[in-house]
Amino acid sequence: MTRYIDFKRNSGLIMLVASLLLLGACSTKPVKVGEPVEVPVFPADRVLDPGTRYKVDEVSDPFQGVNRTIYRFNYHFDRYVFLPGVAAYQYITPDPVEKGLHNFFNNLTDVTTLINSILQLDLEKTMNSTTRVFINSTIGLAGFLNIASDVPKKEEDFGQTLGYWGVGNGPYIVLPILGPSNLRDGVGLGVDWWVRNELIRRNTDLESYQEMAINLLWALDRRAHINFRYLETGSPFEYEMVRMLYTTKRKLDIER
Amino acid sequence: MQRIRGALSALIIAFSWLGAANAAVEFPLGGETYEFPIDDKFKATVVGTPEKFQKTFPDAPVKAARLKVFPDREVPEYLWYESEMRYSHAFQDKPAPLIFLIAGTGGSYNGGKNAAMMKAFYHAGFHVVSLSSPTLPNFIVSASKTGVAGHAVHDAEDLYNVMEIIWNKFRDDIEVTDFHVTGYSLGGFNTAFVTWLDSQRKVFNFKTALLINPPVKLYNSISMLDRMLENIPGGVDNFELFYNKMVNAFSVVYSREERLEFGEEFLYKVFKELQPTDEQLAALVGLSFRFSSAHLAFTSDLMVDYGFVKPSNVELGRNSAPGDYQKVAMRLGFTDYFHRFFYPYYNEKLENPISRREMIDSMSLESIADFLRTADNVYVMHNRDDIILEEGEIDFFEDVFGDRAKIYPLGGHCGNMQYTDNVAHMLTVMGSLPNW
Repeated sequence: MTRYIDFKRNSGLIMLVASLLLLGACSTKPVKVGEPVEVPVFPADRVLDPGTRYKVDEVSDPFQGVNRTIYRFNYHFDRYVFLPGVAAYQYITPDPVEKGLHNFFNNLTDVTTLINSILQLDLEKTMNSTTRVFINSTIGLAGFLNIASDVPKKEEDFGQTLGYWGVGNGPYIVLPILGPSNLRDGVGLGVDWWVRNELIRRNTDLESYQEMAINLLWALDRRAHINFRYLETGSPFEYEMVRMLYTTKRKLDIER
Repeated sequence: MQRIRGALSALIIAFSWLGAANAAVEFPLGGETYEFPIDDKFKATVVGTPEKFQKTFPDAPVKAARLKVFPDREVPEYLWYESEMRYSHAFQDKPAPLIFLIAGTGGSYNGGKNAAMMKAFYHAGFHVVSLSSPTLPNFIVSASKTGVAGHAVHDAEDLYNVMEIIWNKFRDDIEVTDFHVTGYSLGGFNTAFVTWLDSQRKVFNFKTALLINPPVKLYNSISMLDRMLENIPGGVDNFELFYNKMVNAFSVVYSREERLEFGEEFLYKVFKELQPTDEQLAALVGLSFRFSSAHLAFTSDLMVDYGFVKPSNVELGRNSAPGDYQKVAMRLGFTDYFHRFFYPYYNEKLENPISRREMIDSMSLESIADFLRTADNVYVMHNRDDIILEEGEIDFFEDVFGDRAKIYPLGGHCGNMQYTDNVAHMLTVMGSLPNW
């Protein structure tokens, strides 16, 4: 009984702390505003045309405060955990093994592409990805060699499949560790990940720690091949630029 | 008779040998015929040197590093992540000359042009230290003493300060025979003023300095760059539409596997996707410089709370959205920055205020022409069709630098920096005859 009350009281406290944190994280307003606000040399109401739709405003970002906080978290995670992890991974692993693993994971990504090409009823992409997966999984020794490198490759994922069938972006979301996304693509990532794990589970008898090891290696391999560095683009508007580019890119990827 | 002739020619050969040894630098390549493959100056500027005409090198052991330049500086909360200056170095494990590289307007120490030069000089046996442009937000926030970027002398002092700190940090680890410095575009301009400063402070006694495609008068060049946006179809009022189109094109080609930046890489990617006409190309170059001007003006505004686009008594935090300030900054050019922020800001600090004209004249290589004329360690490499020079400005270099100026007929603005002849010239100037 006392235990129950304790839990309740604690959960209330936890809720309070969490919501305070969220509220604190939520504000994207300036931290200090003078009274009255000085007029700058070039005020927005004089320079900007109210009739124009600005590219940078096109993305819906209602959770911006939380997103910005996660964006910062990702910067720190990248700098102090992820990138040193990648460096260690590259240092320890002999180059041919690293390359082989990279091909292996790409082959798994091709499987995702294959599934989603079918779901998008796209004959050409289905043929290409089938060919790639088939060749690389057989004579490419379970994907460790990229023999089918001449077959055109275009990644398709469940986010794109949803987009293909008319599902909109939903709000912009910065995912912890994974980075820029939106509601649709976030769901898509989850589905692709689940399907992939199911496939692995049904076709192998790996222990769960082995599955975790595969996922960890996968994450390291992925990060090793992405040159993007948080907050190093040189733009003081990086959050906005990345949001705009991510959304535009996904839109165009779905259309293609 | 035969013998006399033989002795004479031996003498002549001996003398010409001596002559060659005496001349500061002999230029073996790129003299008579210059076969840079792009004759359109805008295209050359955007596309650079096509791969098969490039002189490429294997990777160098480059280390990225960070430096707290002003230990006590509190940076604006919004720019919290720029508190340390980022740069890189690649050192030899034997005694070697050390060269500093300075990037151009808004350029980063790890941008394409600095990275390419780094490899070339490293493999020619140099210790290399690569620095960002003093106009890059990271440099402004972490290493600019005044926080207001683009001042010929102050920027040079900041660079010199950073060079000294870096040298002091590594002087026990590496053996340096002598010092050199080079930079492209605005970095070339910076190089001139850094060398001028060095002639007084004498910390490095630079053995050679090479200015690559520098502006003569900064104001002329920034005016030309601003005006390039007038080539937007339908004029500057259609900026947003044009911007939209360019960003779309960039998104198509950009993949997450690549470094994201809005300078030369942006230009190149959009070009690949759109294959634009000449006017659009000019507008595109203007747009890429517009990113630089917006970023530097906004950053400087935050550094000193001048009230340029952000009200002076509004403070942005680490989670604050820049909102309209970003859009306004993107609509303003370098000249707006100069007239409505830079000039009044610096003028107020002077004991004896100067006119706009005087300020403009002082931000020019002409202001140190006397030094440059006699400084036989300072070289320049330029292109007759450079798009940042006004009509006739190119003559300044041959006039002032004489034999120390190498003017190529083509290449646009820095488009030929990776061309084989040009790389050979850079190395030769620095006293390292190419061995390829």
